[in-house]
Amino acid sequence: MRYLPITEADRRVMLEAIGMPSVEALFADVPEEALLAEPVNLPPHASEYEVEKRLSRLAAQNRPAGASPFFCGAGTYRHHIPAAVDHLIQRGEFLTSYTPYQPEIAQGTLQYLFEFQTQVCLLTGMEVANASMYDGATATAEAVMMANRVARRSKAVVSGNLHPHYRDTAATLARFQGFTLDCAPPQPQGGEALARRIDAETSCVVVQYPDLFGNIADYSELAEAAHAKGALLVVVVTEIVALGALRPPGAMGADIVAAEGQSLGNPMSFGGPHLGLFATRTRHLRQMPGRLCGETVDAEGRRGYVLTLATREQHIRRERATSNICTNSGLCALAFTIHLTLLGETGLKRLASLNHARAAELADRLGRRVVTPSFFNEFTVRLDGDAAAAVERLAGEGILAGVPVSRLHPGTALDDLLLVAVTETTDGDDLAALAEALR
Amino acid sequence: MTDAFHDTISGDRGLHIEEPLIFEQDSPGALGVDWPEVEARVDRLGALAREDAIGLPSLAEPTVVRHYTRLSQKNYGIDTGLFPLGSCTMKHNPRLNERLARLPGFADIHPLQPESSVQGALRLCRELQRWLMALTGMPCVALTPGAGAHGELCGMMAIRAALDAQGEESAARRRVLVPDSAHGTNPATAAALGFQVVSIPEDARGRVDPARFEALLEDGIAAVMLTNPNTCGVFENDIHRIADAVHEAGGYFYCDGANFNAIVGRVRPGDLGIDAMHLNLHKTFSTPHGGGGPGAGPVVFSEALAPYAPVPRIVEEDGLLRLEEANGATLGRMKAFHGQMGMFVRALAYLMSHGSDGLRQVSGDAVLNANYLLRRLEGAFSAPFAHAGPAMHEALFDDRSLRDSGVTTLDIAKAMIDEGLHPMTVYFPLVVHGAMLVEPTETETRASLDRFTAIMQGLAERAKAGVALSEAPHHAPRRRLDETRAARRPVLRWQPAGNAKSDVPGV
Ligand SMILES: Cc1ncc(COP(=O)(O)O)c(C=O)c1O
Repeated sequence: MRYLPITEADRRVMLEAIGMPSVEALFADVPEEALLAEPVNLPPHASEYEVEKRLSRLAAQNRPAGASPFFCGAGTYRHHIPAAVDHLIQRGEFLTSYTPYQPEIAQGTLQYLFEFQTQVCLLTGMEVANASMYDGATATAEAVMMANRVARRSKAVVSGNLHPHYRDTAATLARFQGFTLDCAPPQPQGGEALARRIDAETSCVVVQYPDLFGNIADYSELAEAAHAKGALLVVVVTEIVALGALRPPGAMGADIVAAEGQSLGNPMSFGGPHLGLFATRTRHLRQMPGRLCGETVDAEGRRGYVLTLATREQHIRRERATSNICTNSGLCALAFTIHLTLLGETGLKRLASLNHARAAELADRLGRRVVTPSFFNEFTVRLDGDAAAAVERLAGEGILAGVPVSRLHPGTALDDLLLVAVTETTDGDDLAALAEALR
Repeated sequence: MTDAFHDTISGDRGLHIEEPLIFEQDSPGALGVDWPEVEARVDRLGALAREDAIGLPSLAEPTVVRHYTRLSQKNYGIDTGLFPLGSCTMKHNPRLNERLARLPGFADIHPLQPESSVQGALRLCRELQRWLMALTGMPCVALTPGAGAHGELCGMMAIRAALDAQGEESAARRRVLVPDSAHGTNPATAAALGFQVVSIPEDARGRVDPARFEALLEDGIAAVMLTNPNTCGVFENDIHRIADAVHEAGGYFYCDGANFNAIVGRVRPGDLGIDAMHLNLHKTFSTPHGGGGPGAGPVVFSEALAPYAPVPRIVEEDGLLRLEEANGATLGRMKAFHGQMGMFVRALAYLMSHGSDGLRQVSGDAVLNANYLLRRLEGAFSAPFAHAGPAMHEALFDDRSLRDSGVTTLDIAKAMIDEGLHPMTVYFPLVVHGAMLVEPTETETRASLDRFTAIMQGLAERAKAGVALSEAPHHAPRRRLDETRAARRPVLRWQPAGNAKSDVPGV
């Protein structure tokens, strides 16, 4: 087997060196009835070519986004990934390293994490960011739990326009941790009045920016209302490229930003792995979940980086940790930070403008069907009939037309709504094809 | 000082090139991506356009490629050499798996595109489930958790849900037994769900003593969380008795499957009375650890817990695979979408490449390699459980043999760095003093193991001869880093010159 270098001759020498008759004898502590005498009933080993052939066939049974006009968003976005990103993240010293527990030989990982944390702060307008979480939904759930600790309260007010999968991820933890979510109903045109839901029990208000339906709202007043009652404002961002064009949540008074970073550097990959971003104010640092990289010096006084403030984390604090997270999304964070470094200030702003301009062009073409008054690169369209059926029909015609709201909000009366996302990868022909199909 | 570092004009030394932060290489006007400038037109941003400078630096592609290449050269990976990090299973990462995960049919598909257009992806998930169920002998597997700790959360929530469903007496159960040797995520997970963590001490054999365990099983027991093989590197041979006792007491058996590499293809957790167990695809099934993730932590469930598995689940209807989003008893959703697809492709490629015969050889060689190291090194370093039965895939040492030398476990680890080795896991598990947990994995050659033992024996001799190792490493990109300073005066982001100060004044 090509990945297993120990030969039969090695095995003999090694068994003799340790005074054991056989490899099987090393499993003497396993209760005999639990030891399998034969290999498990599964296929035998296969050559590289054979595995490649079989899995390529499975891949061919999917319709990749690049093959058709493509408009799906709702938490995962199709952006162009520069070739250098994918090349660099596959350097073995990045790809095959572990969590940087030995900083002297992990400065590569640690320095990019420090740069990544800085970039996340700049994008979100926040003061401190961690080294990543699993994805935007788990980051959101962690944000609510952190707000509960900070405010010493246990009820979160949740916007009806938060991605339902994010809401549900938080709801799972709410059920088992015993906190409460006060969830508003969805409001596709925006204009929710959440402030009146805040009371003396509220730890935080959770809103999405842009929201599920694509709406953009200024949350400054909501932040003030929350703060006036001792609650925090949690702002969720599922399309991080938007922050190249929009005022950052930090400038609106957000206390925690929980975001999905997949859009930069990472493929859609059927929804995972993705990249949870988490940023907050320094005064809440001690309650923050996840790993943090910090600057320090070595024994010769040279600048270097280490994982720090680990007294919040499970491996030190055990049952008193702020979160149980250990492995996060390191390599996705690397892809994110390389892509953002390539873009830089101007590149990101241009990318964001391009996304917005293309989306605005589609909105102009669709005219009266557009439900969302202001948006970044995704908006809601009202169809004459069932949106899920239309999406299925258009898929048959070679257009992946977007995400029907009924897929995310089943059983509500929003069946005629379709979420449409447009990025720099959507060209004029794609826009024309969708406009024609939805006329 | 006159070492070579100070002798060069630049301060760099051959391939050791100092690399500034991207923020210090800002060259306004440089671009690494060519997107056209869009003509100004009326925007639809609702008066929320970003007016301020974001503060991101500008670099062209050649500068960026060099930056990350130089950073990579400051890192040690499995591709560099032996990475014996106990509990982490740092084995070879086949490049075929990288290629396959990048096929557009897997990488360029959206989680919410019509199910009819992603049948191959769903079939791949099904196929991975089939392999995992066959290897564990468990009837159900939830693919969604993002890593091991997320899998623990999944399994323990299922246990909570099952207890809640049994009525008030069961729902009031709060006690979860966790051995002192457990990984930090175990107690952290249990506590996050409102359970009360009760510690189980290890006995002299590095195992749970079944009689003492039974004494802890009073009323109110919800579950036991056990790692098997455990973090002391041995198999919990009383596992049947432990499982029976916890079931008898009305609780469930959660197994931390981080060490599945020791038994894959030889022992099925389903035959050991386990109710839930996570598998780290980034350990046993070789998806790259990537400097801290992403991982994947699928959880296998017994018949009793299967109804509570999270959503979405993959179901088959009229020959078509679908994602089922709602289900009566489910514990709910754990993540934005359906799981770590990129990791599933890699893990399945790994499984298919090895096959049932190769997987059996994986555990055999992993255990053989660990025992070989244990026997060859037990003279050099004290090994507390070396004679408590064969080791599994890890060899545990402690610092008793260093006691009079003034050399610490940390010194040994840092001296290994100078020798071109990645250190083993140190100071974990907590149940032995100055722990050194060595996990060679099956992908090391005998020559590599021999080199390792020679170095370790040499370091032990130096320690005993009074050679101070407290200055090590000397030859790494950095000498020892001041972790106390990092924590006392946290600097967690770059600030423009003049603003460089601690992020947290007064902490
Ligand atoms: C024994 C054990 N349990 C749990 C974990 C947590 O797994 P993960 O890092 O994938 O969340 C680890 C990983 O380091 C481990 O070694």
